[in-house]
Amino acid sequence: MSLHGMGPVPQEDLIQLLAPDGSRTGGSGFEEWIEDVDGAALQGLYEDMVVVRRLDQEATALQRQGELALWPPLLGQEAAQIGSGRALRKDDFVFSSYRENGVAYCRGVGYADMLRVWRGNAPSGWDPYAVNMATPQVIIGAQTLHATGYAMAAKFDGADSVAVSYFGDGATSQGDSNEAMVFAASFQAPVIFFCQNNQWAISEPVRLQAQRDIADRAPGFGIPSIRVDGNDVLACLAVTRQALERARGGGGPAFIEAVTYRMGPHTTADDPSRYRDPNELEDWKGRDPIDRLGRLLEAEGLLGTDFTERIRAAADRAANELREACVSMPEPGELDVFDNVYTTPHAVLAGQRRDYQRYLASFETGSGGTS
Amino acid sequence: MSTMTFGRAINSGLRRAMERDSKVVLIGEDIGMLGGVFRITDELQKDFGAHRVIDAPLAESAILGTAVGMAYRGYRPVCEIQFDGFIYPAFNQIVSQVAKLHYRTRGRVRMPLTIRVPFGGGIGAAEHHSESPEAYFVHTPGLRVVSVSNPQDAFLMIQQAIACDDPVLFFEPKRRYHTKGEVDEEAGLDSYPMEQARVEVSGDDATLVTYGPLVQVAREAAAAAREEGISLEVIDLRSLSPIDFGTVEASVRKTGRLVVAHEASRTGGLGAELAASITERCFYHLEHAPERITGFDIPYPPAKMEHHHLPNLDRILDGVDRVLDRRNSLGGGEGH
Repeated sequence: MSLHGMGPVPQEDLIQLLAPDGSRTGGSGFEEWIEDVDGAALQGLYEDMVVVRRLDQEATALQRQGELALWPPLLGQEAAQIGSGRALRKDDFVFSSYRENGVAYCRGVGYADMLRVWRGNAPSGWDPYAVNMATPQVIIGAQTLHATGYAMAAKFDGADSVAVSYFGDGATSQGDSNEAMVFAASFQAPVIFFCQNNQWAISEPVRLQAQRDIADRAPGFGIPSIRVDGNDVLACLAVTRQALERARGGGGPAFIEAVTYRMGPHTTADDPSRYRDPNELEDWKGRDPIDRLGRLLEAEGLLGTDFTERIRAAADRAANELREACVSMPEPGELDVFDNVYTTPHAVLAGQRRDYQRYLASFETGSGGTS
Repeated sequence: MSTMTFGRAINSGLRRAMERDSKVVLIGEDIGMLGGVFRITDELQKDFGAHRVIDAPLAESAILGTAVGMAYRGYRPVCEIQFDGFIYPAFNQIVSQVAKLHYRTRGRVRMPLTIRVPFGGGIGAAEHHSESPEAYFVHTPGLRVVSVSNPQDAFLMIQQAIACDDPVLFFEPKRRYHTKGEVDEEAGLDSYPMEQARVEVSGDDATLVTYGPLVQVAREAAAAAREEGISLEVIDLRSLSPIDFGTVEASVRKTGRLVVAHEASRTGGLGAELAASITERCFYHLEHAPERITGFDIPYPPAKMEHHHLPNLDRILDGVDRVLDRRNSLGGGEGH
């Protein structure tokens, strides 16, 4: 008898519905989940990805121009985010990391709200209940537990809403992500763990986080998992739809590993040239999610000049709106730092606020201090 | 009025809170069938069901992290941390999420969690079962922190903590769980504010401030001091964040002398905060520097050594002697 699971790791193919050359891939069994995706819907997914990439590039430019303190680019991960994001229902609830601005776009987050936290104007951007998406989580993996708890509560309520947690390959090493899978399985919570394996956690390659496919972990927790081509928007849409439907019907949690690539830096403060082989980026450019869907549209006669012009105009318009929302954002007030620490007055903090207000006022009146 | 143990009083308060609000759910290790290792949740799962009294897998970070998710959906979770020393795996979720989410979301998301923590020593327990970690949480903005000292407060304050829309750390002195006391179960939620300190014993010569398990010791110390003609004013702090400085200040303005006692280590503790803040507020009323009688700055010691570490009646009175310039273990005595 030998130790179980120590043999060669079987490398199963990724679930893929669209090959890098834009041809449709058959035989995955997931075709039925995108039967309704007609030409207009394909064009819609394409537009989403083009606009989101343009927004992301504009935000990166705003950071380079000093208008944002920091920005976490999603370049290369558009298919994973749009495919899964467009599978969600309005009453599902997303708990994401900071890189899911493509998902936020799908949820209807406004541009100023998308940038507020990165400009440093507020501790976060949007009202989670207005879009059913929590604001970005910075502590790696912490949101997997929040999604699980939300899903447990949805089940208490008898609702068929599903919680979806987005996180990266690095987060799978965190205790919280593993504890989340224990709880999700034990309570059969309707939660989807959507891992975007973008190959890099800042400078650490995925092989430092996991010696086997990340998706292999979930079955050990009693959670079914699937590996999907994360640069194939149709496959991401299909597997997410299946997992959501299963969870809605009481089937419990599911784990999706979307294999993709972070084509940009971790954030605008990062320099991947210090740790990454440039040839790797070139390889992944050949699997670009937008080019791939573009080739399908072209083959199906859906990429006419009118359409491409319209999409480019829409992307430019979005980028301009994003820029305008950024530079016209009102500056925070000088006493705003004290707001919302507690829901009801806190005597000690109220005293600090009052003293600071008097300190500030002393500059205006010239009568402060001991004079 | 009925007579009940400290533990039963918390149980009764939890039951009231669960009856009052169907969104109140309990989650923790062994709290269901067993009723918790201290039996504080005895019978509650039987009466309210497994979806409202949830036996959690053994992962404290997940107990807090899933409670955050439940709160997002409008629930009011009450998390039980089995022992004080087990709270550290959950520290990240408490400090980075529970405490900050209301601020982070600019008031959109509320975190009305109650985190129950049996704390403190005196029961001869193994390592990690006798700690006093309250200062970590008092130092964390966004949290409210309370500690109860008697069955009446336990009954009332657990309900107030649960009803509070801010997260509340609720420290229960485990060595007092079997102490009996009178409990007015008709007392309304607004009968005494959660964040107000209480003068337990009135006196004129020195102010003795403490909370949780040492309130009883402080009362005994006041009785012993009285036999020597010293009149101590004993204050049960009750709320550790925010601290009711007004009540302490009024007392110190009268007595001119302050002694603070707690089981937790000294450096950076509640005693330091009280000494500094009271000195700032009424420096010219002080006749002596504030004294702290606390646990030492050591890891919690083994059972047979814990009596050296824990402030007891004699150590507290030694501190009283110091602020009164009476003869004490460190010298003094010129004034009397």
